[in-house]
Amino acid sequence: MQTTFPRLLLKHALERPSATAMREKEFGIWQALHWSDLRQLVEHIACGLHQAGLRRDDHMVVVGSNRPRLYATMLAIQALGAVPIPLYQDAAATECVFPINNADVKFAFAEDQEQVDKLLEAREQCPQLAHVYFDDPRGLRDYDEAGLASIDELMAAGTAFAAQHPDFFREQVEQARPDDVAAMFFTSGTTGNPKGVVHTHNSLLDRARAGADFDRLTENEEVLAYLPPAWIGQNIFSYAQWLACGYVVNCPESSATVTIDLKEVGPTYYFAPPRVFEGLLTSVMIRMEDAGALKRKIFHAFMALARRIGPDRMDGKPLGLMDRLLYSLGDWMIYGPLRNNLGLSRVRVAYTAGEAIGPDLFQFYRSIGINLKQLYGSTETAVFVCLQPDNAARADTVGLPIAGVEIKVAENGEILVKSPGLLKEYFKNPEATAEVLTKDGWYHTSDAGFLDAHGHLKIIDRVKDVGRIRGGANDGAMFAPKYVENKLKFFPYIKEVVAYGDGREKVCVMINIDMDAVGNWAERRNLAYAGYTDLAQKPEVYALIKDCIEKVNADLAADELLAGSQISRFLVLHKELDADDGELTRTNKVRRGFIAEKYLPLVDGLYGGKSEQFIETVVKFEDGRTGSVSATLTIQDTRTFAPVKAAA
Amino acid sequence: MTQATIDTRKLPAAADLAPGGKIIGEVILDVQNISLRFGGVNALTDISFNVREHEVRAIIGPNGAGKSSMLNCINGVYQPQDGAISFRGKTFKHMSSRQVAEMGIARTFQNLALFKGMSVIDNIMTGRNLHIKSNIFLQALRIGPAQREEEAHRAFVENIIDFLEIQAYRKTPVGQLPYGLQKRVDLGRALAMEPQVLLLDEPMAGMNLEEKQDMSRFILDVNSEFGTTIVLIEHDMGVVMDISDRVVVLDYGKKIGDGTPQEVRNNEEVISAYLGTSH
Repeated sequence: MQTTFPRLLLKHALERPSATAMREKEFGIWQALHWSDLRQLVEHIACGLHQAGLRRDDHMVVVGSNRPRLYATMLAIQALGAVPIPLYQDAAATECVFPINNADVKFAFAEDQEQVDKLLEAREQCPQLAHVYFDDPRGLRDYDEAGLASIDELMAAGTAFAAQHPDFFREQVEQARPDDVAAMFFTSGTTGNPKGVVHTHNSLLDRARAGADFDRLTENEEVLAYLPPAWIGQNIFSYAQWLACGYVVNCPESSATVTIDLKEVGPTYYFAPPRVFEGLLTSVMIRMEDAGALKRKIFHAFMALARRIGPDRMDGKPLGLMDRLLYSLGDWMIYGPLRNNLGLSRVRVAYTAGEAIGPDLFQFYRSIGINLKQLYGSTETAVFVCLQPDNAARADTVGLPIAGVEIKVAENGEILVKSPGLLKEYFKNPEATAEVLTKDGWYHTSDAGFLDAHGHLKIIDRVKDVGRIRGGANDGAMFAPKYVENKLKFFPYIKEVVAYGDGREKVCVMINIDMDAVGNWAERRNLAYAGYTDLAQKPEVYALIKDCIEKVNADLAADELLAGSQISRFLVLHKELDADDGELTRTNKVRRGFIAEKYLPLVDGLYGGKSEQFIETVVKFEDGRTGSVSATLTIQDTRTFAPVKAAA
Repeated sequence: MTQATIDTRKLPAAADLAPGGKIIGEVILDVQNISLRFGGVNALTDISFNVREHEVRAIIGPNGAGKSSMLNCINGVYQPQDGAISFRGKTFKHMSSRQVAEMGIARTFQNLALFKGMSVIDNIMTGRNLHIKSNIFLQALRIGPAQREEEAHRAFVENIIDFLEIQAYRKTPVGQLPYGLQKRVDLGRALAMEPQVLLLDEPMAGMNLEEKQDMSRFILDVNSEFGTTIVLIEHDMGVVMDISDRVVVLDYGKKIGDGTPQEVRNNEEVISAYLGTSH
């Protein structure tokens, strides 16, 4: 199927003009936008942009949350043969400067005053940004900056132009070829400038179609668009697949109303990162704890049943008659109402990706009858590389390569991918392109992993982070810090973990306890504490954490490849790791190297065999002032296990 | 970080407010020689000041200076013994709160006076009370015109909810909301009256910095989007100086200063009242 996004719009508008394309909740009511209305909206914006001077191969920035007019603007840009660049709506002005200058952007669409302010601030460093159009005029009345106009003014001009040139829009759409560039997504590089990932209509639509075929998506799906449009995942789910399948995309009223809107819409196709699923579950569990004793008892009894037979049921395995009866009863009493309360009662296919998901969390959703699965992909691969089939979803794999995808594991353990959805290039960055996209057509993901016995892909860590144990009993064993850290973080008591072991004789970890979970645990035990630092150093808490670590060690011992990554020593940090102190990235990932330098005495203490270590650290408060925290931290040893299946 | 960059823009410096763009109109509310006594206590002594259309007027002063009493006089809660207040040239001395409200003066309260068990929508709906024409029986039976009227009022309330960004709490009982949001609902109810003058009694009391920034933005937006004249009492000097066009300073029931934030800031008497030099 070789087509382009604007052509798909015309096709839907022609074939199903009065079918709903999008809904947006405004003033408390869901307002529908039909395909024919959308076509007209796009035509008027496109004509307006053409008159304002946007030409083929130009770039235009769109920044804002999921709104029909934002998506219409993206379509209008593509209709003119120009390239939309969605930017993150929560990015700071300074972060917008590089993409705008890199692509020599002269036009921008901003959702509201917040985004306009940001673009105007960025404009001081990007003088070529001549035109900024805004959707929501609130607060912008007194702005008299040059080139700032509302999208309504643009559309008024476009409407007049369209009336005089009725064929202009269609002709423009027909000029675009499927292998033209369709969109550019900037990936937040951990080092250096972000890179613009260039995708063609073909690459995005081929993957959108492949994913849709895999899950048999139809035009009847309902999707809630609530993640940033600048993120390729949201773009695939609420743009590429939306146009490929012609289903309905729903835009929430505001970011604060997403959970309410989710319940009202009842999506059939849903995506969320693991933390969203975790948040949903927590909100239910907290309310369940406040319920009456009888209700609680029934709930827990049926949840135990769901845990026992739910996963098998989802995998389509045969169940006993009694179990089937009990499950039906549970479905009527607990699971059904629970799914409804989560807003997931109509979900046919739900995906999670982006980070590892805890097995308990994953199985919880599957056990109550929600078809939650994992996928593997990235911006560079237009998302869909591996998907889990409905009856073979596992917490620790990411699925089978889908149609069109070839996967190879390189010598160093890196996953290589060949697929029609690969990026065309990094914009104006041939060196970076050559690094990831080799001449033989393989894309280097920089993820380390392997295909398991059933052909499912299993991701361990980033290639550059995978290390080797040097010296000691496990000399030469593979060490995957993220894998170890994630396993520990699945325990509710542990919030952050930093694991060390590369080039050392054993693995040691520094731990941040979860203040809420451990605090609650302590209160139930009548354990008094003054604050985080005090609680973290309680011997009882150390015993609790040690128990968690030993469970992980037992688990790791069962895995031949990673048995050497078992944890020998640990300590609980005296302060919470914080992005303000530079210990976490803004997306809350631990900065292992930085922490090792900052807490050098602690690392030395861990490897030097000491049983306690004094540390003083500077902390930065939210208002910019600094202070210092000091404590003497206990360091403890943990039990490790002999590899279970050494021969397997 | 983004937050900080936005909010500095949304809190324009006082200097560029009055002259830049905004049209300040004629005197809309004129307070003339008001004196209020409770037995032997002189709460207010011979206070005069005026409020011009479309301006943000602040009343400041130490605790017990008579700020809330002043609002209560304008609002018709207290009847001053001497003096008069005129609104759009019409002078009144004794007027009930209802009459004042009907004239187009709405207020919010220092200690919140919301219906805690009712939802956000219903609370704001009560602000539409004066605009509802159909009688209670028609409303109860939802007969024709009453139904249509309710829909129109509900649409108005939805606009306010959208304006104040409280869509997520439409159906939440107000008592369950955090304090900062309750303050916003209180403001919403006052806005539902479509007032010409809005009296705000310490709209930012008990709020953290972020909530104060949000509230300041809403007040300025009300002022610029609807052209509503605003009279506010506030303790946070930073906020007052940033958002007001003119400031009245009270101390022990007497007016000790009146002018632009800059003038008031440099007034010797005001400085001594606030810093507590010898009396």
